[in-house]
Amino acid sequence: MTLIGWVQIALVLAAVLAAAFPLGAWIATVLGGRRLALAPVERALYRAGGIDPERGMGWKSYAIALLVLSAVHFALLYAILRLQYWLPFNPQGFAGMSPKLAFNTAISFVTNTNWQAYSGEAALSNGAQMFGLTVHNFLSAAAGIAAAGAVARAFARAGTGDLGNFWVDLTRITLYVLLPLALVVTIVLIALGVPQTLAGSVDAITLEGAKQTIALGPVAFQEAIKLLGTNGGGFFNANSAHPFENPSAISNILENWSLLAIGFAMPIAFGRIVGRPRDGLALMITMAILLAAFTLALYAAEAAGNPLLHALGLPGGNMEGKEVRFGIPLSSLFTASTTATSTGAVIAAHDSLTPLGGMVTLVLMQLGEVIPGGVGSGLYGMLVFVLLTVFIAGLMVGRTPEYLGKKVEAREIKLAMLAVLILPLAILGGTAISLCTASGLGSLANAGPHGLSEMLYAWTSSAANNGSAFAGLSADTPLLDYGLGIAMLLGRFAYLVPVLAIAGSLAAKPKLAASAGTFPTHGVLFATLLAINILILGGLQFLPALSLGPLAEQFAMLAGQTY
Amino acid sequence: MTTQTLEAAPIGLFDPRILRRAGLDAFAKLNPAALIRNPVIFVTEIVALLVSVLAIHDLIDGHSPTFAISIALWLWLTVLFATFAEAVAEGRGRARAETLRRTRSDLVARLLDDPADRTRFTEVPAATLRRDALVLVRAGDLIPSDGEVVEGQASVDESAITGESAPVIREAGGDRSAVTGGTQVISDWLVVRITAEPGHTFIEQMIALVEGASRRKTPNEIALDILLAGLTIIFLIAVVTLVGLARYSGHVPSVVVLAALLVTLIPTTIGGLLSAIGIAGMDRLVRFNVIATSGRAVEAAGDIDMLLLDKTGTITFGNRMAAGFHPIAGVDPRSLAQAAALASLGDETPEGRSVVTLARDAHGVAFDLDPDAVIVPFSANTRVSGIDLHDRVWRKGAVDSILELVPGQATDAFRAEVERIARLGATPLAVMEDNRLLGIIELKDTVKPGIRERFAALRRMGIRTVMITGDNRTTAAAIAAEAGVDDFLAQATPQDKLAYIRREQEAGRLVAMCGDGTNDAPALAQADVGVAMQTGTQAAREAGNMVDLDSDPTKLIEVVEIGKQLLITRGSLTTFSIANDVSKYFAILPAIFAATYPGLAALNIMRLHTPQSAILSAVIFNALIIVALVPLALRGVRFRATGASALLRRNLLIYGLGGLIAPFIGIKLIDLVLVAIGAA
Amino acid sequence: MTVLAQIRPALTLVGVSTLALGFVLPLGFVGAAGLIAPSQAQGSLIERDGHVIGSALIGQTFARPDYFHPRPSATSPAPYNADNSSASNLGPTSKALIDRVRTDIAGRHEVPADALTTSGSGLDPDISPANARDQVARVAAARHLPAEQVATLVARSVRGPFLGIFGEPRVNVLRLNLALDAMKG
Repeated sequence: MTLIGWVQIALVLAAVLAAAFPLGAWIATVLGGRRLALAPVERALYRAGGIDPERGMGWKSYAIALLVLSAVHFALLYAILRLQYWLPFNPQGFAGMSPKLAFNTAISFVTNTNWQAYSGEAALSNGAQMFGLTVHNFLSAAAGIAAAGAVARAFARAGTGDLGNFWVDLTRITLYVLLPLALVVTIVLIALGVPQTLAGSVDAITLEGAKQTIALGPVAFQEAIKLLGTNGGGFFNANSAHPFENPSAISNILENWSLLAIGFAMPIAFGRIVGRPRDGLALMITMAILLAAFTLALYAAEAAGNPLLHALGLPGGNMEGKEVRFGIPLSSLFTASTTATSTGAVIAAHDSLTPLGGMVTLVLMQLGEVIPGGVGSGLYGMLVFVLLTVFIAGLMVGRTPEYLGKKVEAREIKLAMLAVLILPLAILGGTAISLCTASGLGSLANAGPHGLSEMLYAWTSSAANNGSAFAGLSADTPLLDYGLGIAMLLGRFAYLVPVLAIAGSLAAKPKLAASAGTFPTHGVLFATLLAINILILGGLQFLPALSLGPLAEQFAMLAGQTY
Repeated sequence: MTTQTLEAAPIGLFDPRILRRAGLDAFAKLNPAALIRNPVIFVTEIVALLVSVLAIHDLIDGHSPTFAISIALWLWLTVLFATFAEAVAEGRGRARAETLRRTRSDLVARLLDDPADRTRFTEVPAATLRRDALVLVRAGDLIPSDGEVVEGQASVDESAITGESAPVIREAGGDRSAVTGGTQVISDWLVVRITAEPGHTFIEQMIALVEGASRRKTPNEIALDILLAGLTIIFLIAVVTLVGLARYSGHVPSVVVLAALLVTLIPTTIGGLLSAIGIAGMDRLVRFNVIATSGRAVEAAGDIDMLLLDKTGTITFGNRMAAGFHPIAGVDPRSLAQAAALASLGDETPEGRSVVTLARDAHGVAFDLDPDAVIVPFSANTRVSGIDLHDRVWRKGAVDSILELVPGQATDAFRAEVERIARLGATPLAVMEDNRLLGIIELKDTVKPGIRERFAALRRMGIRTVMITGDNRTTAAAIAAEAGVDDFLAQATPQDKLAYIRREQEAGRLVAMCGDGTNDAPALAQADVGVAMQTGTQAAREAGNMVDLDSDPTKLIEVVEIGKQLLITRGSLTTFSIANDVSKYFAILPAIFAATYPGLAALNIMRLHTPQSAILSAVIFNALIIVALVPLALRGVRFRATGASALLRRNLLIYGLGGLIAPFIGIKLIDLVLVAIGAA
Repeated sequence: MTVLAQIRPALTLVGVSTLALGFVLPLGFVGAAGLIAPSQAQGSLIERDGHVIGSALIGQTFARPDYFHPRPSATSPAPYNADNSSASNLGPTSKALIDRVRTDIAGRHEVPADALTTSGSGLDPDISPANARDQVARVAAARHLPAEQVATLVARSVRGPFLGIFGEPRVNVLRLNLALDAMKG
């Protein structure tokens, strides 16, 4: 590790946190329903859709609206992927996707996972990328933020079932938050060298006289929203490591900022919406400290490098799978950021990370992606941890636990546990089953403990809706296409619906006044407790699996063992 | 307030009789049908059964079953220790209940055939009495059930339930009409209308609660149970899927080892002690002479933000007493005290006696009543009283009336003083000697000693106190300031009280109310926690969800503490239980996987002797910690009114950090012992 | 029924979004990009003698001794296949990785890490300055140029971190080799 490396990481994180305040305030305003500049556009959309913007929804209606949107959009994307051969903007004449891969891909984009079992430049037309994937990047991100907004309102309101109108939230977030940010980021990315063209590819004759076909496309716009919306599905197979997606250190900083910005703004927005800015700030700081700690751990592991290569005469940090222009510090920050959010974009090959570096990415996802997590989903995931933390801590001060004046009772705990169960069930269950089948074993690219990590990573990434991969894994098999697809569905909707139910239950409760007997949920003590609880409740169940994967590999590496 | 309680001698933590019975009950509780109420321990039992079968299987197959048998044994012990903890708590409750029940066995009631005729009745067993039955109770009889006096007046010995030996008057109508089953009429007779169905009297409800028999889980227990069940499922998933992961890695651990891993990871510590904590909480409540109708009410008491108290009889003694002498200019204070004392010698009211007492205590003047003295009693007409002795006259009385007797003597300073005293909520009495006005006696309702400190304690817990009084605002404000309450409600009608509680509840506060009168009943019912006084009316007692047998409203402090203690104990042991898992991983994971990946032996930071001793040590620690924590579960983690943050920090350090560290030490020690005795 | 009631809003918003975000805006950006940054928008292509010889952002294969060599590439079927980017995805304890490096290092010591490791995209256009300096002697010999001259060229080709802080100093292989060719010519 170098001082300049630390400085790079610190400066980027500082830029993210600085932006979180104005951005969070703005998101709170947008979710607050105030009349804003594009009101006529909104009105036209509501009229066309038969939406009554004044009409609030209970948690069930809110959840149903979100599910219906996802189902409709899934169907559309599935059709686009299957039929892309006949659709416009297909200069390379790519054929339609196979049913299993189209199923997997459509689910992956509708759940904000953006797992890529396909190679973008080798299988998808420019059209499918534009009106298929890019549109999903907007709507699945907006849906996540909307749900988080509904949950925030539950804490702000009392004695009501009304969580807001999903369609209004979706429209306003897209119009006022995602779109303006995407416009600015797109323009800057184009200026920095990210292509935005309808050409499919160009052929070059290299200096040595060979032919090189260079894939191109409308990359910049998709790149911007893929990061801002923590989607992560790249235009190219190599994702943001590809020089066309991410040409320089400057573009990388902007992309790294983009994928964290809304995530960190959400707790600030939450604090505003519930009228307790300091509580929102405490959540943001907890997220920031945990992210910084994990980033440094990852940086330390990558900077220390691979002793097996050192022994061969190749000193220094681990550069396998990394790009020279980014170097190890920025690669470490991006890698931690992308797995701490639900982005899953990569600028370095995760499969080639050192064992401990790889373990950091696994743990970040297994914790439920809450530091800061995906846009919206990170906040409501965090609030589930907050409720569990408050429940245990509240007992320890001798009061029926409460958070922001809402009592945490059996119903909330039941729903929270239901949500929390999803990750271990999908991740560990899926990994165990895959590793017991010939098909699963056949997908592995690496042997030994790293092979286990590869499979564990696939299920973790899917269930946590991340989308990055230990990409050596051959994921386009029936087992993984369908299995991981189901894991993505569970990770998104089997988590979201209980969370919305919690919101419904909380919104109906009276808001209790704080007294000297209530412990403050904005202090250092609470933040520490929350951080510990995230690590213990979120991480403990994965330790056996991790010990057979990255931990075993680490000790093997130190002992000079290869597989 | 009495310090004598239902069971004067506290039941020892390890009373041998209770332990013996509990030891047997612990086995009876192994019945899975009953144990399923406790998911964590239920899972442990299933796992113990499974490992036992495997151990027997090993035995038959001729494999060495030592390890499997050891694990099975300790898993069974884990379950037994948990059921034992519950049995001990129940045993203590049962012992307490016995003393309650003694008051009610084999009672015979005289059921009136005709309400109008006291002479015709049928003798029936008390247990058959229905609601609204009318019974006659005569001197020497035990009152057969809870009820309300509809006719008659009698003195009743309630020491059986209150411990207070002085008999109390119970009479029809008014605020002293409620009687409790099991108390004894000493003189006269009463006709009582029964107000409780059989099995639902206060005493019977309490017996059921402390015995744990009919104990329903409280909302908080249910929530915690769900959390624990969820954690159990999560670890079940982790352990079962480990088979698949381990298979890939090359070596599948035996079922016995996986069983050991599962049981050490699931929260058996809190799971095993949860119901014991609840029962012990009810037990503590009874020790404070408070009867609760449900565990829910006790927990709710731990949450309250605000306590409403009737002024009279709770905050103040309820009668006016002399509090000071204020002479007019030119009069020596001692002379005024002398005159006031003389004027009051014949006054046997508490007010009169308080004047004599104050004169003696404050000024050292004391007189005996001269036999020649002529006592002039107070009359509503003259509104003065005093004595005449040897042509001399001493009078005290209403200021206006005295001033009529000594016209023109009132100075402006005197009038100002009168006004000042009245404004503070006290009552000024003028004193004259012969034809001279001497000054003023200040009478006021005295605040009970020590009450200020009690309210301060409540405030530190985060509870605001509100005084309710029929007095005017001025008076109420003065007393409120003196007693140190946070707020007051003056000239309060029953509607005002109800409205006040509703308003506070709407603002998000949980309100407790102490009351005794029939007109308190609506407020008691509306409040989140209603504490009725034992001396109060039946209506009040039914409206509340707790009855204070000592009729001491500030008892609520103890009730609040017990409620809080219940939650704190649960939270602390949950934290401890979860924190334990970290060290258990360090014991078991290297033991399981070092064969597959030798490098993982580096995780064996406790340097446990062999894989088998490591696993066994973790299982043994897991079982023993339940027994070790039984006393804490029964006694409860202490509540300290130090503010929530300080309390949380303290409990986190002890039970969180302690829970993290303790098993490292414990497991290492057990491993050393196993090695020493050659078991590993 | 609630589900049915939500279908019209869903269809409307998905339809409008697909139109606006999937067609209008991307095409608008294609047009705008052609105006504000035409070269970048088309892939920062480099032409020589009227032919496209590559992209400044995409690495290409150089195997001849008189060119500076890029990092190894893991794309398939051939290295630097800009039509299908890919990393090696070999784990740190992968025998394949260790064997590859052992073969490539051929007994040398203290080799710059980037010289023998594949990049995340397989298309890394850059090498580290140390890697470039390591190759100076070979290139100079092959081109019959003084080593100092080539070394000076390398030093001039090094691009520093953004603001002196972000990223790593690096040398774009294609640009360096173009400059090399220009020098000869």
